[in-house]
Amino acid sequence: MASVWIPSLLRDLTGGQATVRASGRTVAQVIEALEAAYPGMKARLSPGGELAAGLAVAVDNIVAPLGLRAPVAEESEVRFLQAVGGG
Amino acid sequence: MSRKNTVRATQGAEGYTVVGTRPPRVDAPDKVAGHAIYGPDVALPRMAYGKILRSPHAHARIRSIDTRQAEAMPGVYAVVTAKDLSEVADRIGRVGESSVNFKFLCDNNLASDKVLYMGHAVAAVAASSPHVAEDALKLIKVDYEPLPPVTDVLEATREGAPLLHEGMLTKSLGGLGERPSNIASHIQHLKGDPAQGFAEAEVIVEREFRTATVHQGYLEPHAATADWSPDGFLTLYTTTHGSFDARAQVAEPLDCPLSKIRVIPTEVGGAFGGKNISYVDVAAALLARKAGRPVKVTMSRAEVLLASGPTSGSVMHLKIGAKRDGRLTAAKAELFYEAGAYPGSPVGSGAYCIFACYEIPHGQIDGYDVVVNKPKTGPLRAPGATQTAFAMETLLDELAEKLGMDPIELRLRNVAHEGTLLITGNRHYSIGAEEVLRATYNHPHYQAPLGGPHRGRGVAFAYWGNWGARSSAILNVNDDGTLALVTGSVDITGTRTSLAMQAAEVLGLPLTRIRSAVGDTDAMGHSDTTGGSRTTMATGIAVVEAANDVIAQMKGRAAQLWGLSAEKVTYKRGVFRASTPGGMQEMSFAELAGQVSATGGPVRGKSDVNIRKWGGAFGAHIVDVEVDPETGKVRILRYTAVQDVGRAIHPGQIEGQIQGAVAQGIGWALYEGYAYDAQGQMLNANFLDYKIPTMLDVPPIEAVIVEVPWPEHPFGVRGVGEVPIVPPPAAIANAIYRATGTRLAELPMTPERILQGMGVI
Repeated sequence: MASVWIPSLLRDLTGGQATVRASGRTVAQVIEALEAAYPGMKARLSPGGELAAGLAVAVDNIVAPLGLRAPVAEESEVRFLQAVGGG
Repeated sequence: MSRKNTVRATQGAEGYTVVGTRPPRVDAPDKVAGHAIYGPDVALPRMAYGKILRSPHAHARIRSIDTRQAEAMPGVYAVVTAKDLSEVADRIGRVGESSVNFKFLCDNNLASDKVLYMGHAVAAVAASSPHVAEDALKLIKVDYEPLPPVTDVLEATREGAPLLHEGMLTKSLGGLGERPSNIASHIQHLKGDPAQGFAEAEVIVEREFRTATVHQGYLEPHAATADWSPDGFLTLYTTTHGSFDARAQVAEPLDCPLSKIRVIPTEVGGAFGGKNISYVDVAAALLARKAGRPVKVTMSRAEVLLASGPTSGSVMHLKIGAKRDGRLTAAKAELFYEAGAYPGSPVGSGAYCIFACYEIPHGQIDGYDVVVNKPKTGPLRAPGATQTAFAMETLLDELAEKLGMDPIELRLRNVAHEGTLLITGNRHYSIGAEEVLRATYNHPHYQAPLGGPHRGRGVAFAYWGNWGARSSAILNVNDDGTLALVTGSVDITGTRTSLAMQAAEVLGLPLTRIRSAVGDTDAMGHSDTTGGSRTTMATGIAVVEAANDVIAQMKGRAAQLWGLSAEKVTYKRGVFRASTPGGMQEMSFAELAGQVSATGGPVRGKSDVNIRKWGGAFGAHIVDVEVDPETGKVRILRYTAVQDVGRAIHPGQIEGQIQGAVAQGIGWALYEGYAYDAQGQMLNANFLDYKIPTMLDVPPIEAVIVEVPWPEHPFGVRGVGEVPIVPPPAAIANAIYRATGTRLAELPMTPERILQGMGVI
């Protein structure tokens, strides 16, 4: 299962846990697994089937251009990060 | 302290013949001789001149706009208002390093229902001359309902503050505020348990910091010339960081397919982030379409300051805790950034960078993007990072003093390394932070005594993440063996030279054989903006791939001539070779180029990349100042800037980037800041009252290049241009403290503030 870093503003759903484990071969599947374990997560990470505005996802330390469709390996590290805007 | 981890740039290192050398810039002759065409220089047959009517109010509702008299004026070809714009969806798009909401972008180009800052565009006129256009502006009648303005970022967050966008609710990740607010968004990063971290601390320092709204200060104003063909195709000549982003920013408001817009970027006379956003392109295009002739719009200096995008003023509250041995235990930051009239300050990148230099076990960062009645902020060189570095690096200096530690030793004790997990959740990969600090510590400047009264030395350390993204390059082989390199990346900092150098190195040919140019949006694949210090790195990878493509194709052509398979052909330093039954064959690049027609036609190497890994960069600065105790004037005596550049392709250009950024940082530290009165009227929209540094204010700046190669680039290049603006305000503040005993926590550090701090006034 992948290791998933949860942004602090969503940790109310994980009981304060910053890192949780979730299975899935894509980021979308990982979010489905998170939703099953922590209801409400999907609506905040990917409302309307898109990654939430202002959010980026990094898989194994690379910001994934495929977003929800990005592949995830068994031991991947998935990080939902607040996107860095240049202003 | 050891020097062993310091790697310095060496010309011709690792067998390179072009990389690491200092050839003249390929764009220099045109610029020196006055041949270069900048935005305001463009002239087309039948061209009209556009001028923009701007709001005298900082905040007002537009009741009506009457353009009839202006339209009837002789010599006037067209008048446009927001009614001429398409309905644009409330949608976020990526532009350059930042995101834009296209509806807000439209409203910023031409206000629809409200004006939100003094200078906000309301209408535009195209006429036979600039003077006729200016006279016509006076005939446009706008009925305003003035509203109370708010220009202070903290005032704007308070209950009862005038609301700029009445329906705006604060966005946080997946959530919305309950009541309308000027706080457009709230971001938060949390690592570990900050309360525990502060409980473990033996020394805690905290302070509130303020920085002013400052402008990029480029000399060339925004200028665009639009020309429509009879069949509805638009050609736009504009001064911009990125021609593809400029195209997108025009396409949405005009509801025009991208394929019908060709953007030809002009030479850029300074930008520093400020030309990522379009301010006159849309007006020029609307006017030209309505007038049926080309229209050029050029901003005046006052318009540039009033109505383009400066960077955010900010208020920051910062707290850090440490053990007596200097190890940081916790950090906490609360950042309020002005977004200007519409959401979108760089508070996100400020938050990303504030603690990125250090390993900190516990921390929390809260960032607030706040709209105020000032122009919509835009990118400025390392957007958002200079503000937070001013706070963090000043507070660290205070901590070092409390601990009785050398300021660089304190930083070394906490310095981040590869694998460091930041409070933001990002993890560093291949960084040269420690190498930069050690080079700084060991530099003769840091080791030299500083004598004399009222003098002080300060240091500061900083990080900027840089960027990768999309780049496109083609390399055409001419019959005589010369080559034409074309990329889609606008050249702002000399990248035509640094890119051609990479091609020359790969090809093993003299740089003089390669002509380097910038292609337009019809000629090139999508290329992201020249920003995020990305071009020499990311476009450089495309260029290296295109050069390798040329070599592969040319090997195939040689193989044809020699009756071999291509893999039998080798290539080194301009010569193709192969062993054949008839003996060793050899042909120079130029000889083979003469045979390309006979062997299949033109050879063109190409590459299109989307770089997803990029190397962050660190810089540490040392500055000596002298403060006049009677006048408060700061004189900078000596300045040294140390930076990890990965691999120096052109050390001279890198030194220029570092020196230029430091000069800009000196202005931010000591002089610059938008001044407003209580009605939101900007008081210093000119370069007499808004002072930027002149050559009299800037000392010789020694740039020290450290090379810790970035492993994802063929030569190890990291971004260079942005990080050197980040440390100067903090370094200068720390030096002023050593000289006067006064800790200043507000920029700019004017003589008045210094004298107040010293108790003189």
